[in-house]
Amino acid sequence: MLHNLSFRYKVPVRSSILILVTAVFVTVSLMYRAYDDMRRDLLFNAEGMSRVLVRTLVPAILHDDVWQVYEVIQSAYPAAGADTTLASELIMVLDAAGNTYVANQPKRFPMLSDPALGGPEFALLKRAALQHQEETPAVVDLDLAEYLYLVMPIVSDRVRLGSLVLGFPRSLFLPRFLTIAKRAAWMTLLSLAVLLPITWYWAGRMARPMIQLADCMARLGTTTPEHMRCDLYESQDEIGRLGLSFRRMLAELQEKHALERQIVVADRLGAIGRLTSSIAHEINNPLGGMLNAIDTFKRHGNCEDERTHRTMSLLERGLLQIRDTVAALLVEAKAGSHTLKPVDIEDIHTLVAPEAAKKSARIEWHNELRMPIDLPATPVRQTLINLLLNAVHAVEENGLVRCRVWARDGRLHMQIINDGRHIPADKIEHLFEPFSPLSETGHGLGLWVCYQIVQQLGGDIQVHSEPGSTVFTVVLRYGENE
Amino acid sequence: MPLAWSVQGEPIRIGLTPVFLDDQTSFVEDWRAYLERRLGRPVAFSQRSSYRDIMDLLLQGKLDFAWVCGYPYARYESELRLAAVPVYQGQPLYRAYLIVPSGDTATRSLADLRNKLFAYSDADSNSGYLVVQYQLLGMETRSGEFFRRTFFTGAHRKVVEAVAAGVADGGTVDGYVWDVLNEFHPELTSRTRVVSRSETYGFPPLVARRGVDDRIMREVQGALLSMDRDAEGVALLKRLSLDGFTQGSSSLFDGIRRMMAAVRGSSGAAQP
Repeated sequence: MLHNLSFRYKVPVRSSILILVTAVFVTVSLMYRAYDDMRRDLLFNAEGMSRVLVRTLVPAILHDDVWQVYEVIQSAYPAAGADTTLASELIMVLDAAGNTYVANQPKRFPMLSDPALGGPEFALLKRAALQHQEETPAVVDLDLAEYLYLVMPIVSDRVRLGSLVLGFPRSLFLPRFLTIAKRAAWMTLLSLAVLLPITWYWAGRMARPMIQLADCMARLGTTTPEHMRCDLYESQDEIGRLGLSFRRMLAELQEKHALERQIVVADRLGAIGRLTSSIAHEINNPLGGMLNAIDTFKRHGNCEDERTHRTMSLLERGLLQIRDTVAALLVEAKAGSHTLKPVDIEDIHTLVAPEAAKKSARIEWHNELRMPIDLPATPVRQTLINLLLNAVHAVEENGLVRCRVWARDGRLHMQIINDGRHIPADKIEHLFEPFSPLSETGHGLGLWVCYQIVQQLGGDIQVHSEPGSTVFTVVLRYGENE
Repeated sequence: MPLAWSVQGEPIRIGLTPVFLDDQTSFVEDWRAYLERRLGRPVAFSQRSSYRDIMDLLLQGKLDFAWVCGYPYARYESELRLAAVPVYQGQPLYRAYLIVPSGDTATRSLADLRNKLFAYSDADSNSGYLVVQYQLLGMETRSGEFFRRTFFTGAHRKVVEAVAAGVADGGTVDGYVWDVLNEFHPELTSRTRVVSRSETYGFPPLVARRGVDDRIMREVQGALLSMDRDAEGVALLKRLSLDGFTQGSSSLFDGIRRMMAAVRGSSGAAQP
């Protein structure tokens, strides 16, 4: 379940688990430490107690005064035995044979009885007590035993009279453990109360850039790269770098996408161009024959008849119109032309000026060309005229058209800018097709012709339109490849 | 009369044991002050842990009077004079009780305690030793064989404690002591059960060594026998749950003498 959770929650949950685990470990080690300390303190006191007891018990045991022995061991821990429901210290005096001489819990360990009857734990204890020979207290710590034991032999003049056994119930440790556990629980809650908001805040900060990135990447599947606008976190850390890479990838994707579209458009225009030129050629051949036939007929034929003459003229005008149209479609950029000179560009300014004046449009003219350029003048002029006339038509009354022509690095640049209505993105794709529906005046072949010329000159024509500014840019290479 | 005037001269020395008067230091001190005032001379109490020690001191002449059990009195009668016998519940008599832990509901008599752990108070005590020894004669056995183990606690009260705690499976105790404990410390006696009560015997008496001055004997007897006639004396007696003291007669202890003779006769080597 945690697996699919957002980082927003995963991080606080994990840090809470970490805090809990740490608390448990610390508590356990504290308990262990407390147990160790208690055991040491207890045994230290018990050793002193057992030495005193043994000294006191020797004369009583020598006189076989069992009641005095009982009173002595009873006074060592007065609370013991009074309330048998509570765990209390066990003190036993064993005789030399290991049987109970007397114990402070006489009902459980009656005089003369075998302590082993009290359970397996006491059988082991009895053996340990009998085996212990030195006159020093020894700890008997049996696994899973009810008590922790200290045994010490009772010796008088090198004769062993018996053994003293002090037993401390392990359940005495329990309240201390509970106190520690309770304190640890409170500390854990306190640290959770302090740390949880902090980790919550951190997790939020950490997760936000990842969430942004993840959302952005998820949108990539449904949105085209061109329209992606991603608000990403900027930093040098891993997520920042990831964001940067993603943005770079997105940019490359967008570029690739644009290029693909351009190729599609160019392919389509290329196909249309080939189609139109072959149709034009197919039409031109019979058309020339038909015009020749009409000419011959008019000259040598029987043309006195008024109706025949009118019909022939009608046919001739129709055919001539077809020829003009076909000629317009058949763009021949390299038809013998002189080299482009700066003055050719200036001529165009002069030619277009009256058109602009009709709409009171202003033309900003920047001709930076200073030397002749190795490009055929006629097609370049035709392209520039077409683009300028289009621009003048596009602007409103008192609009502005800017034209800049310059050459650099073996390329001629022509840029025509107008502030008229902008061309919507979906129309731009079909802008250079013949009989463009966008053309309100004319037959819609102007841009088609421009495109064909630029293609044939091995150049590039681009359009960029946004409200208030539509830019046509033509770049033509010259010199080295001609 | 100022106290300082009255306590001139040789003190009268009285011996006590905790066998019977257990841990009553403040009572002893008050009683001593009372007797000094009544007698007009100093009184010194000596406390020893057993009847034997007190009897030794008395017989050696280091004590003038002693409050002892009927059993040592009967034994050393020739060297002693009976000074006074306490009156308990209207009579100078008491009984011995056989007690077992309250958890033991099966025991009906001493015979049921065969092979058990048994507590005596003092080897010179009548109720705390002799009575049981005499009863065991009837079973044709001695304590060393009848019981699994016996031990002396040195005081009647401690016999009750030993039986209550379960250190001993049974014990013999001065009935007067048990009754008084039952009144003031029922939490202790409730953990024991009285199995049987013996016949009555002469109450532990106050005795004087034979050589004590007759005048002093009369004065002390007078002070004791009249204790129930003044308020302070009555208050002291009440603290002991006694009615007073009486002259008493040697015949009160005939029962003890009979048992003593029987026990001695049977064992040959008599108990001390």
